[in-house]
Amino acid sequence: MNPRKALLILVPYLWLLALFLVPFLIVLKISLSDVALSIPPYTPTLDLSAGWAGFRDFLSELDFENYVFLSEDSLYWKSYLSSLKIALISTFLTLLVGYPVAYGMANAPDEWRPTLMMLVILPFWTSFLIRVYAWMGILSNEGFLNQFLLWTGLISEPLTILNTNTAVYIGIVYTYLPFMILPIYATLEKLDASLLEAAEDLGCTRAGAFWLVTLPLSRPGMIAGCFLVFIPALGEFVIPSLLGGSDTLMIGKVLWEEFFSNRDWPVASAVAVVLLAILIVPIILFQRQQQRQQEAEQ
Amino acid sequence: MKQGISTLLVTVSLTATAAMAEEVRVYNWSDYIDEELLAKFEEETGLDLIYDVFDSNEVLETKMLAGGSGYDVVVPSGTFLQRQIMAGAFQKLDAEKLPNLENMWDVIEKRTAQYDPDNAYSINYMWGTTGIGANVGKVQEVLGEDAPLDSLALVFDPANMEKLAECGVYFLDAPAEMIPAALKYIGEDPDSHDPDVIAKTEEVFMAIRPYISKFNSSEYINALANGDICVAVGWSGDILQARDRAVEADNGVEIVYNAAKEGAQMWFDQMAIPADAPNPEGAHVFLNFIMDAQNMAAASNYVYYANGNKASQEFLVEDVIGDTAIYPDEATLDNLFTTTPYDAKVQRVVTRLWTKIKSGT
Repeated sequence: MNPRKALLILVPYLWLLALFLVPFLIVLKISLSDVALSIPPYTPTLDLSAGWAGFRDFLSELDFENYVFLSEDSLYWKSYLSSLKIALISTFLTLLVGYPVAYGMANAPDEWRPTLMMLVILPFWTSFLIRVYAWMGILSNEGFLNQFLLWTGLISEPLTILNTNTAVYIGIVYTYLPFMILPIYATLEKLDASLLEAAEDLGCTRAGAFWLVTLPLSRPGMIAGCFLVFIPALGEFVIPSLLGGSDTLMIGKVLWEEFFSNRDWPVASAVAVVLLAILIVPIILFQRQQQRQQEAEQ
Repeated sequence: MKQGISTLLVTVSLTATAAMAEEVRVYNWSDYIDEELLAKFEEETGLDLIYDVFDSNEVLETKMLAGGSGYDVVVPSGTFLQRQIMAGAFQKLDAEKLPNLENMWDVIEKRTAQYDPDNAYSINYMWGTTGIGANVGKVQEVLGEDAPLDSLALVFDPANMEKLAECGVYFLDAPAEMIPAALKYIGEDPDSHDPDVIAKTEEVFMAIRPYISKFNSSEYINALANGDICVAVGWSGDILQARDRAVEADNGVEIVYNAAKEGAQMWFDQMAIPADAPNPEGAHVFLNFIMDAQNMAAASNYVYYANGNKASQEFLVEDVIGDTAIYPDEATLDNLFTTTPYDAKVQRVVTRLWTKIKSGT
């Protein structure tokens, strides 16, 4: 490998090391410690001045107690499962809503596209927190949605949406929709229109062509979009705590309680490490499979 | 434990006359001071004041325990203060730099000494009680004229709660407040740290859980004032703010606040100086400024909470000093109880129990 190429590869690896691996190791280390009433609130801390002996003492005090604890209380796996369910369903809903929007944008006249793109991005200019707060005003019992539905006569009693899981789904789908639309739009926009013409020349209906040509070719965009929605949704804290009810169980809330209410950084870190493992294992497996498929195609 | 409406951390940075002026950084509860006082401080002392706000003890404590917060003055509540002192988060006050200490009220100092022996690390800013706010009209409509507005039975007796569920009941989302109240209701020591005794409250809460609309520590101000709910367990000043908002809105809602007659929890918000404060000198200047009788009175007149400053009482308006919901009479004062911090193990039991009560898991 020539030095220039090595340097090019070095940059992303350094980035990964500094922004992912080092923080992860710190969290992993805390997850193996014990809680203490001190600054910082855990023990042991690494004493570099004691040299090698200090490092050995430090290692001998670490243990997996906190992970054992996580496995003993049903709260944790129930929260993981509940988060997985909420994240999966909302990713699916986001895809369902986002695909037609992206498709419409990609097929819009050229001069409209920048405006449409702008409209998708525009909400980002308002604080995320304020947009979620706005939903509280829309979904509450006296909110706009209920007032509108009462006015139309569709319902006679206000619907309870705020402080339920339904509100959490609405919040997640709304918040992460642009992350689904943009990658799908990017793949659809690059799609070679002559492929569709060819399909129609060969006797395919428009719906058939969409199903056989457009959809498979936009798969990379859909996958990227799903990951961009699923990963943050799984650990989401703000949306369930503002829109969800007291009984909405999500791992982000549990993590917050461990960190702030129990002041137990070690258990909080263990929860975070497990969360990361849940996320990273399927992603790696998926990547492997993708790679193999690509190699097979070549 | 003043809880603002906003859960946002809002930074109010006051403009300084000279860019190079010395800075004092203060971290206080949201909606907890008359902002004119902040301008007055800068004017009088020539110091540059950076005033940030928070709305939960947990957030403050995490900053303190992580270290290097960069603040010169912070305002934890009693039990949190005690634990943070033990963790070495604060420095002792220098009494010589605080001539206004003589203004402080011994009645309150005696109680805060329970958290901070000899009041060596902190001064009292405000104090209050945790009690019951009720929409008089609605509650009497549901429960009849003789509804026990001043009793824990109003919110812990399933027979009452079943009826009140129609008009809405909010509970504080704060186990350190709600579990002692439940213990008091069943006649146990509210400050019990025995996990078996604490576990007894599960039954109390589970019996009324279906009738509680929400656990939240700030939304009850608006909900009470608008008439969306008829009962809230909350902090004294917050419920008084709800009362005033309802009066201003003139919407026919009449709110009363009562510290439960069985006994109510009393809490204290204390100003202290972090051990690693960048400007401890300036922090002392700020504390001395706050302990000035007129300044402290201005703060209380603005936020409707009682303070621990005896000398300030002559400057308090009648609405504050004359209101027994803010400054309780002797008999009520004797009936108030305080709590001490849980250790890590018991804290975990309490948090876990609270999660179970809220989520059923």
